Amino acid sequence: MTRDRRLSWINGLLLPLFNVLTAFIATGIVFLFIGVDPIEATKILIYGALGYDEGLGYTLYYATNFVFTGLAVAVAFHAGLFNIGGEGQAYVGGLGTALVALYMNPALSAWIVIPLAISGGLLFGALWAIIPAYLQAYRGSHIVITTIMFNFIASSLMVYVLVNVLREVGEMSPESGDFIEASWIPFVHDVLANFGYEVTRSPLNMSIFVALFFSAVVWFFLWHTRWGFAIRAAGKSNEAAIYSGINPKKIIVVTMCISGALAGLVGINELMGVQHRLFLNFNYGYGFGGIAVALMGRNHPVGILIAAFLFGILYQGGAELDFELQNVSRDIVVVMQGLVILFCGGLEYLYRPVLIRYLAPVEASE
Amino acid sequence: MTKSNIAIELINVDKHFGAVHANDKVNLSVETGTIHGIVGENGAGKSTLMSILYGFYQADSGQIKVFDKDFRATSSKQSIEAGIGMVHQHFMLVENFTVLENVILGSEGGALITESLANARIELTRLAKEYGLEVELDIAVEELSVGMQQRVEILKGLYKGAKVLILDEPTGVLTPQESDELFRIFEALKNEGVTIILITHKLREIMNITDHVSVMRAGKMVAHRETSKTNPEELAELMIGRKVLLNIKKSKAKIGKPLLVAKNLEINNEQGLKRVSEVSFEARSGEILGIAGVTGNGQGTLLKALAGILPLTKGTIEIMGETISPKSRLNPEQLRNLGVAHVPEDRQKMGMIAEFSASETALMGYQNDKDLNQGIWLKKSLVKANCASIMEAFDVRPPNPNLMSSNFSGGNQQKLILAREFERDPEVLIIGQPTRGVDIGAIEFIRKRIIQMRDAGKAIVLISVELEEIMSLSDRIIVMCDGIITGTVNGADADEATLGMMMANALESPAEAKGAEI
Repeated sequence: MTRDRRLSWINGLLLPLFNVLTAFIATGIVFLFIGVDPIEATKILIYGALGYDEGLGYTLYYATNFVFTGLAVAVAFHAGLFNIGGEGQAYVGGLGTALVALYMNPALSAWIVIPLAISGGLLFGALWAIIPAYLQAYRGSHIVITTIMFNFIASSLMVYVLVNVLREVGEMSPESGDFIEASWIPFVHDVLANFGYEVTRSPLNMSIFVALFFSAVVWFFLWHTRWGFAIRAAGKSNEAAIYSGINPKKIIVVTMCISGALAGLVGINELMGVQHRLFLNFNYGYGFGGIAVALMGRNHPVGILIAAFLFGILYQGGAELDFELQNVSRDIVVVMQGLVILFCGGLEYLYRPVLIRYLAPVEASE
Repeated sequence: MTKSNIAIELINVDKHFGAVHANDKVNLSVETGTIHGIVGENGAGKSTLMSILYGFYQADSGQIKVFDKDFRATSSKQSIEAGIGMVHQHFMLVENFTVLENVILGSEGGALITESLANARIELTRLAKEYGLEVELDIAVEELSVGMQQRVEILKGLYKGAKVLILDEPTGVLTPQESDELFRIFEALKNEGVTIILITHKLREIMNITDHVSVMRAGKMVAHRETSKTNPEELAELMIGRKVLLNIKKSKAKIGKPLLVAKNLEINNEQGLKRVSEVSFEARSGEILGIAGVTGNGQGTLLKALAGILPLTKGTIEIMGETISPKSRLNPEQLRNLGVAHVPEDRQKMGMIAEFSASETALMGYQNDKDLNQGIWLKKSLVKANCASIMEAFDVRPPNPNLMSSNFSGGNQQKLILAREFERDPEVLIIGQPTRGVDIGAIEFIRKRIIQMRDAGKAIVLISVELEEIMSLSDRIIVMCDGIITGTVNGADADEATLGMMMANALESPAEAKGAEI
C-alpha cells in the first residue's frame, strides 16, 4: 500500500473510529460517576437499539433524520459554509410538506401527492436557507450567526402558523389536522407484511430509501458534476474559484439552497412517514445532530450513513437506558452527542500524529 | 586563517525531515567580518540550515560553533544571545507599531516600556550613524517603503547585539537602486566587523557583493569558492549539477497584428483602491510584451483585469474582437473561451488548489468544457486522461493525475499550471511570475516554452519581478511605477540601469511632466 493510500485510510477510517471510541470511553467514565456500571449500560444500549425488531426499527427511523441533516451540513461544508440552520430549515421544510399533504385533492394518487409533498419540503427548506445565504454572499453577514438566528425565527413562525393558521377549530393543541392519506409514506412493517414477513410495528418507514437515494445524489453531485467541482473549488479557495470563472457568491446561494432543501426532508420521515400531521418541535435536535453526524462522517455520504446509524443507536439505546436504569435520564444521549462532537470535531486530529508515526511513517524515497 | 577568525563553523550538520535529507553532513565556515553567500536551488537545504542556526530546528547530528563556542540553540532567543540575527524574507514586523516599538519588541525589559524606549532611541541613533542606517524612529512601519522596512529588520538585529546577520533573499522585493543601497549598508556593516550571511538565488548579487560563496545542492554543500575566483556559469553549474542556459536563445520576433489593445485603463484592486491609471499598450501576435516593476506597483492588478478577474473603472480592452469596458465585463470563463490563457502570479492561492488532486487542478477554469462533460456528468476518466497528457507534454513529475497538488514540488506545480493554460492552444497568454520559486532546471524549461508560444504567433503579456527574466524574454518592455507606465523600451535595447530608474520613476524625460528628481 502506498503511503498516500495509508494516509487516506487513517484519515477516512481509523481516525473517526478512534475518536468515537474515545467518546464512548469518556461516556463510560461519566456513567461511573453517576453510579452506573458502564458495561451493563452498554449492553442495554446495544440490545435496545439493535437487539430486536422494534428497537432496530426505531434506530433506523432516527438515523433517517440524521442522514438528511447530516447531508445538509456536509454539502454546505464543501462550499466552506458552516450551516447551523438545519434545525430551522427542517422545521420550515416540514411546513412545505404539510401544506401539500393537507390541501391536495384527497382523490389524487399517492404517486403524485408524495413526490409533490417531498418537493414542498425541499422548496421550503431551500427558501429558509436563501436569506442567510444572500446575506453572507452579498452583505457579508456571517452565515453561522444568521442561520442560528433563523432557527429562532423559524421556531416562532411555526408556533404562529400552528396556533393561528393550521390548528383545527375546537382543537386545544397547536397542531394541524391529519394529512390526506395519499401523502402517507408506508411503514416498513406494512410493506414487509405485504411480502409475508411479520415484523413488529415501528415508526420506520420508506423514507429511509429517500435518505439513501439522496445520499447517492449528493455523492454524484459533489464529485461527478461540474457544479460539484465548482462548489468544492469555491469551498477551498475563493481566489482560485474566481480564477476558474466560478462566481463564489452564486455558489454560496446555490449551495445553501441545496443544503436547506436536504434539511427540509426531515419532515418527510417525521410527518409523512409517522405522524401524518404537523406539530410543534417535530424537528427537535435533528438539525444540530446533523452537524455531529457530518463531522463524524467526514462530510462524505458514506461516512454520514454510518454516523447517522450510530446516532440512531444512541437515540434509541439512550431511550432504553432511560427506561431501564433509575439514575439515567434521556439527557445522557445529549452528553454522548456532546462528547462525540468534542472528540470527532474539536479534537479531530488528536490521534493523527501517533497513527501516522506507526502506520504510515515517511519512507525513504527514491 | 587562525581559529579565532571564524564566526560560524558547522561541522557535519545533518538534518532529516522524515525521508527528506534536508541537510546532509554540511560543513561551513564563515570568517568574521566577511560577506558569505549561500546559493542553491529551492529545496537545496539553505533555509533549513539557516533555521538550524537560528534555533527554529535542531540538527539531528553534527556540531555548530559560534565564535569558537559550542552552540546548540533550541529557540531563537539563544541564537540572539549568541549574537546571531536574522532578516527573514517576509518581514517580522508589527505594521501599525512605530519603528522604535518594533525594535524593542521582545526586549521590552519590564512592565513599563518608557525607559527601554528611551534607551533604545539613544542606541538606535548611534547604530544608525555608525552604519549609515538612517530610519525615522517614530513613524509607523506600514508607512515605510519596503526597503526601509528591511532596514528596520536589520536595525532590530543589530540592536539585539547581532554580530552575525543572516539575510534570506533580501533583494526579492527591492528595486535595483534599493538593492544597491542595501549592498552599501552591507559594506558599512562589514567594515564594522559584522559578519553577513546572504542567502540568495541571484548569482549577480553573489558576484557583486560577497567575499566567499558556498553552493548547496540536494542537501549537500557541494562547493566553497572565493567569489573573486569563480563566475556565474560555474556557480549555476554547481547549483544544478549540469550546464544550464540562463539566457535562452531566441529568434527574431515575427510580429503580427495586435490581439490585445488596452486603452487608458484605470483599475481598482480588490480593496477598491486605485492601483492602475492611464495605462495603454498593445500586445501583438508573435511578441512577448514584458511588464516590469517592483512588486505592488499595479502590475498584479493590471494582470487580473486582463484576465477578467477585476473590472475596469475606466478605459477599454479590445481582445480577440471583443471589447471590455467598465460597462461590459467579460468574466474569466468568457475570456478563456475567447482564447485568453492566464497563468496567475500567485500559484498557491490562485493557480491551484492544494487539496485537490493534480487532475482537478488541471481542470480549473475548464470544468464546463464540453469535451469533459456528458450531460450533467463530469467524466472523471476524461479529466484524468487530459491531465496525464498535459503532464507528459510538460514533463510534470511525478506524472500521476491522482496525486494531491500540494505534493508536487513548486516547479512541477508551476509546470502543471502552465501546461493547463498552454495546451489549450490559446491566442493570448497573460503570464504572471512564471518562474517564481521554481528551480533553475525548470526555469530553463518554462522560458523555452514561453518562447515557443511566441514563435507560434501568440501574443504574450509577461509580468515578472525578475528583471533578468523580463530582459531575457521580452521583445518589448513597459515599466510600471505607482500604477502608471513610466517607460517603454525595446527588449534588445534594455539595460538594467535604465529599467531600474524607470521602475523608481526617477528618469527625467519630457514625457513625464511630474517625473521625480533623481
